[in-house]
Amino acid sequence: MEYFLQQLINGLALGSIYGLIAIGYTMVYGIIGMINFAHGDIFMIGAFVSLIVFLILIGLGVTWIPLTLLLVLLVAMAITAAYGWTVERLAYRPLRGSFRLAPLITAIGMSIFLQNYVQIAQGARVKALPPIITGGYTLMTSPDGFVVQISNIQIIIMVVTVVLMTIFAWIIGKTSLGRSMRATEQDSVMAGLLGINVDRTISLTFVIGAALAAVAGLMFVLYYGVIDFYIGFIAGIKAFTAAVLGGIGSLPGAMLGGLIIGLIETMWSAYFTIEYKDVAAFSILAITLIFLPSGLLGKPEVEKV
Amino acid sequence: MSERAPILTVEHMTMRFGGLVAIDDLSFTARHGQITSIIGPNGAGKTTVFNCITGFYKPTTGRLTLTHEDGRTFLLERMDDFRINQHAKVARTFQNIRLFTGMTVLENLMVAQHNTLMKASGYSFAAVFWPRGYREKEKEAVELARYWLEKTGLVDRADEPAGSLPYGEQRKLEIARAMCTRPRLLCLDEPAAGLNPKESDELNRLLVSIRDDERVSILLIEHDMGVVMKISDHIVVLDYGKKIAEGTPEEVRNDPAVIAAYLGVEDEDVADVKEEVQ
Amino acid sequence: MNQATATSENGKAHAPRAPHGPARNPVIEAAKESFMAGLLAAVLASFILGVKTVDTPGGLQLQYRWHLVLYAFALVTVGRFFLRLFWWKAGAALPKLVGEIGAGVTRATAPLGKWVGLALAVTAFALPFIPGIGRYELDIAILVLTYVLLGWGLNVVVGYAGLLDLGYVAFYAVGAYSYALLAKHFGLGFWTVLPLAGLLAALWGMILGFPVLRLRGDYLAIVTLAFGEIIRIILLNWQEVTGGPDGITGIPRPTFFGLEFKRFGENTFHQFFGLEYSSLHRIIFLYFIILALAMITFFVTNRLRRLPVGRAWEAMREGEIACRTLGINTTNTKLTAFAVGAFFGGLGGSFFATRQGFISPESFTFIESAIILAIVVLGGLGSQIGVAIAAIVMIGGFEVFRDLEEYRMLIFGLLMVVIMVWKPRGLVSSRMPTIFLGKEKRAISADMVQEGQG
Repeated sequence: MEYFLQQLINGLALGSIYGLIAIGYTMVYGIIGMINFAHGDIFMIGAFVSLIVFLILIGLGVTWIPLTLLLVLLVAMAITAAYGWTVERLAYRPLRGSFRLAPLITAIGMSIFLQNYVQIAQGARVKALPPIITGGYTLMTSPDGFVVQISNIQIIIMVVTVVLMTIFAWIIGKTSLGRSMRATEQDSVMAGLLGINVDRTISLTFVIGAALAAVAGLMFVLYYGVIDFYIGFIAGIKAFTAAVLGGIGSLPGAMLGGLIIGLIETMWSAYFTIEYKDVAAFSILAITLIFLPSGLLGKPEVEKV
Repeated sequence: MSERAPILTVEHMTMRFGGLVAIDDLSFTARHGQITSIIGPNGAGKTTVFNCITGFYKPTTGRLTLTHEDGRTFLLERMDDFRINQHAKVARTFQNIRLFTGMTVLENLMVAQHNTLMKASGYSFAAVFWPRGYREKEKEAVELARYWLEKTGLVDRADEPAGSLPYGEQRKLEIARAMCTRPRLLCLDEPAAGLNPKESDELNRLLVSIRDDERVSILLIEHDMGVVMKISDHIVVLDYGKKIAEGTPEEVRNDPAVIAAYLGVEDEDVADVKEEVQ
Repeated sequence: MNQATATSENGKAHAPRAPHGPARNPVIEAAKESFMAGLLAAVLASFILGVKTVDTPGGLQLQYRWHLVLYAFALVTVGRFFLRLFWWKAGAALPKLVGEIGAGVTRATAPLGKWVGLALAVTAFALPFIPGIGRYELDIAILVLTYVLLGWGLNVVVGYAGLLDLGYVAFYAVGAYSYALLAKHFGLGFWTVLPLAGLLAALWGMILGFPVLRLRGDYLAIVTLAFGEIIRIILLNWQEVTGGPDGITGIPRPTFFGLEFKRFGENTFHQFFGLEYSSLHRIIFLYFIILALAMITFFVTNRLRRLPVGRAWEAMREGEIACRTLGINTTNTKLTAFAVGAFFGGLGGSFFATRQGFISPESFTFIESAIILAIVVLGGLGSQIGVAIAAIVMIGGFEVFRDLEEYRMLIFGLLMVVIMVWKPRGLVSSRMPTIFLGKEKRAISADMVQEGQG
């Protein structure tokens, strides 16, 4: 039981990171119906920027952790958002409304480009950051001495995720930007005719998605302490799996999917074999989709005859 | 007109979508060698009837029996959509035309003969290396296609992509394609929609020829009362998923329930009905 | 997607918007815009290019390279300024000229269309005997042909049937491991195993295809991707059979009717034909094997397209519902597409195994699937000649720039973006009908052809 509880906490923390990345996939898919394959690499860039800004701040002697965190978060979000915007502008916007597979290929091209760009700029070796946030709380101790702990980083990850989810639910639900996004999602032609700046709305979607990916990148750096140029691919596939599992296009679905994938991975590693954790996650995805072709919370696609 | 044997018998068919009852206990019969029309205001459930007959929807309750001239019967509600065409020999067209736009007119008609050609080609894989026997069958298929292209006046367009045809010709091509599956019952969903009067006339002649020369029974959904009243042998009137009247064009046009249904609903249709009544 | 923006955006996405109010100086406008673009480039470059993390014994250290940021700024500003002035301007002379030259070339080569394929085929057969073609060139040619074969195989699934498959590498892997295991453990020869490997891959195609039949579009894409990864992970971890990350070594080489390509030993190729031993013989032999396999793939897929099943694939891409009303069993049709595509993937895999003599899961990552898919899409969905050209350009180009080392993958990615933006429907985008009533054989322009929902 205690062991399970510990795995639950670990799984939720990991799942939160996946969820944050998955939101970027799901928002972009919802609004322009394409898989943004480069999104995982945007996340990787967010992680690298976070790491570098951390090192700069430490070098400058900024050591009060809340301030450091805030600064890193802001810089990483801003720069990663600029990457998101640029990728959309260069690789997707010229193909808007064209052949469906074309932006998929440019997205894969962008993904390859970004990975190699970071590899060339930063080197291929794994980068390790010394633990910045340490400590945690002991929740309970079982009779046989097993200690259930929640670390401060896990608390930060979950709190940040919940706060961001709330903010984004509010943006999508209540602001005019959210209304524009939902309108564009429903029918971009009509939205354009009604005076919504469709291009800008789509750009903003990419910017928001990238900013969230940057948050996920920062959390990843804090949680694992090691990154390399390749993390974007693996995390990206997991997060996309999460988005599809939850029902692509649905924000709560992305979060739910992220948590489920995170939990499956941790539980499978804890109780079965760590080698096959990805097989477990992918199998759950395949099985879910076979029975629920639109994912858990997705709107079923009704084919009108 | 003497009673002919039924080709399609619909008994107590009900179709629910969640709480919405799209079709409510509908029964009617379409007979061999006749044109049976289903009319009714927008949203009366006509296309839903078609979708049940052709297997895209499974009716919530009810029975749909198709009977060939030789007496073989098929329970359509139990069959997969593609088997309804393959075995029960029901073909259909769509309200929003569904052609294979990137394939030529001729290719569209060849795809329609898929099952015949599959067998002839040893399920295609044999014919990769032994095409000899298949060539003959393919020629026959092209001849059938040519026959229908001539009948619909599309023979000059045979090698053009279907998507490049003007609207009226696309409608005709869809009918030709359905006929190339050699159906016994042809279901047409608003074939006259968007046609000009001349094209509409040609369509009338084509449908009558399909009934009289090809001996294929027709089930027709149509808004154009000119077409319906002129060529139908039997008319079923639907309103809100219920049958409100049935009979010959003469009977239906004087039925007060029909007039009320149309008067109550849509302006353009009202004008049509009035014109027909007078 | 987005039709309205398509008309306004597509093709002239970079065109400046009509200025409101009085006309402004275009040079100053361009300068302003370029400066902003340069600033953006500087922001992008700031912490990735400008600061490098360096491992030192004392932990990560930073190395500042702000000059690189300055370069990025300058490059983008100047580049954009010139593009803005001479290229993106409405009615600018330079793009018009390039466009006209391009159109002229297209017009001039259009009648040559069918000869291009023939010329490619003749060159392919003659290649090993052309003076100056050595081992290095043949190795590249073998690699290119492998991708041509895989491209043609995947083309059946993506190009004809319109089903988006992101896990094609799985079948390539099945083929490779089938050959390696059957050859090593049962002593079967390459020629016996080749069809077996193909059939096994086809079987896997059906097994993997079956559960995903109901899925459409991107759901199908992600599940096929997941299957590809599952197969790779299993290969990586099933140590007893696959050797895990170490892979399988010592895979038997193919023999020429029992003759081996070895320097010493009995029954060697050079002894039998009384030739001087040359390691090139084996390479030439491999080259002709892959050429023959590619030709078989071409012939079979091309024939199938003109047969009922091929027409049904294409019809399914154009509209699944219409297919079903015409009595076509779309489930079976999809499965055959998966199986046929997988079969050729399996052939390619077997060849890969016998050529390398060594396989490991590293060769079967997602990036392989992505490259094969890119070749199919860049070449033009459904176009076999386009796929061949794309494979030559992408893979050949990739190998020729081997000296650039780490930069070539960067360029590869960039090239995918540039080609796609330039020609979204691929290099050869028209579709040749499978049958004609009249004498004149005309292709169908890409605008009519649907891309499929699956």
